[in-house]
Amino acid sequence: MAKKKVLYGVFNDDHVLLDAVRNIRAQGVRIQEVFTPFPIHGIDEAMEHRPTGLHTAGFVFGLVGVSLMFLYMTWINTVNYPLIFGGKPFFSFPAFIPILFEVTVLSAAVGMVVVYFVLNGLSPIRQKPVIDPRSSDDKFIIAFSADELSEEEKHEISNMLHENGATEINEKVL
Amino acid sequence: MNQTNEDRFIITSGERKFSYAMIGVGVLSLLIGVILAFTGGHIWAGKVWIALLANSLFFLGLALTGMFFITSHQLALGGWYVVFRRVPEAMSQYLPVAGLLMLPIIIGMWTHSHHLYHWADPEAVAHDALIRGKTGFLNPSFFTLRYVIYFGLWILLALLWRKASLKEDMEGGVKYYKKRMKYSAIFTVVFAVTSSTMAWDYLMSIDTHWYSTLYGWYVFMSFLVAGIAAMILIITYLKSRSYLPAVNSEHLHDLGKYLFGFSVFWTYLWFSQYMLIWYGNIGEETIYFKSRMEHYPFLFYFMIVINFVVPFFALMTRDAKRKIPSLVIISVLLLFGHWLDFYLMIAPGASANEVHFGFFELGLTAGYFGLFLLVVFRALAQARLSPVKDPFYKESLEHHT
Repeated sequence: MAKKKVLYGVFNDDHVLLDAVRNIRAQGVRIQEVFTPFPIHGIDEAMEHRPTGLHTAGFVFGLVGVSLMFLYMTWINTVNYPLIFGGKPFFSFPAFIPILFEVTVLSAAVGMVVVYFVLNGLSPIRQKPVIDPRSSDDKFIIAFSADELSEEEKHEISNMLHENGATEINEKVL
Repeated sequence: MNQTNEDRFIITSGERKFSYAMIGVGVLSLLIGVILAFTGGHIWAGKVWIALLANSLFFLGLALTGMFFITSHQLALGGWYVVFRRVPEAMSQYLPVAGLLMLPIIIGMWTHSHHLYHWADPEAVAHDALIRGKTGFLNPSFFTLRYVIYFGLWILLALLWRKASLKEDMEGGVKYYKKRMKYSAIFTVVFAVTSSTMAWDYLMSIDTHWYSTLYGWYVFMSFLVAGIAAMILIITYLKSRSYLPAVNSEHLHDLGKYLFGFSVFWTYLWFSQYMLIWYGNIGEETIYFKSRMEHYPFLFYFMIVINFVVPFFALMTRDAKRKIPSLVIISVLLLFGHWLDFYLMIAPGASANEVHFGFFELGLTAGYFGLFLLVVFRALAQARLSPVKDPFYKESLEHHT
């Protein structure tokens, strides 16, 4: 993996950070990522992220899970190993529903966890570099990809960060 | 001064006329029903009493949900709902009227004018060992006493809560907030017990032999879904008249989540009740579903479709919960669906599967609807629409889901 250069500003307060993100976006500068110790309401809209597709993935996984389980249970109870329970017909839909419900929840949940890791590029064998460990404690960070920035642009961004209340501005090679 | 005026709800003459017209339709339907009951068949007597009970309970449920909503949110130190708090508060002010409208059922039981409750008929009790075993709880005197206790406590707490809320508007400070907190705690405890026992009394005892242990929660959930749907409709109506400008899509989103979640939970309870009875396959229990599926098949399945299938898929996306048109359509559907739910809880058992849903029931419901609207509008007009002195008002304005 090629080395990446980042330029980042450190903030002390989440409200200052939110305003800074809005101001910087308003000037048309692309923010690579924001790192915060806790979720900040409204940061997605401020960064103009496109809405996540995680929900759709959950729906699709749930649908696939419930359909497969329905077919599987029907096959077991009518073809593969039909047994009489309490005098009910082999195909007893009400008895399937609790299991179908559980399987829908399970497949949607597990599927969403997997998709979440994939979307974020996380996996047990690949570790994401940490820009600044303090962003998991009490600092808030706005990071810019600095690979393609000229010195003037870097200077401009640094000024912008400074004007918007960054307490320090650093550059780092990851 | 100007701002206060804009924040005050003023009932237009059109709204007043609409409410009175609806009440007129209801009274007219009731008159026609009563005349038909005296001149004609015994079916009409049943029809009138069943429609009265279904409507009295359904609109009581809306008022109780209003009260439950404000008290539970207050107890949980919720802040987000404060901006539209006056709406559930106004709904709770319907409770005294709901109490009055339950009176005919009680009086009718004493005078033996109706046969809604099989256990209230001494002759039936004398020949029925099963009912005799339940007379310790199900007897007219204790039933009436419970009616007085339920409505006495509910109305008292609703009026006290309202009074503290209005006083706070004048004087400010946290004194009245603390008072409301006390009333909320008392109401929650009272309601935890009475919501279940009320469901046994007014609904489950209709099918006197039959019983279900989760019935109380099931009825409570029906109340809650219908009440939140009504709340959304009143809020969107006020917004369409450009009141409540501070209520935005964030607040509606959370109300939409309630609507979605409680619809699913209602279905969960509905199915839990159904499945245990289906699985056990004991005649005394299955009769409840058998009479509904055989004699009311359309209403029975239609109710599940509009109370679960449609809202489940329609409210699933984020946008559907945040946009007013989709929320309004689903709320209307759920309000009607849960009304049908109440009708189906009452009609088969109270009339031996003879009475069916028709224009008469719609007419009477219109009357109750008009009365409910009038009471809620009056309560809304009584005070500022925004409870600006509430300690959580600022938090509510900043709400973000």
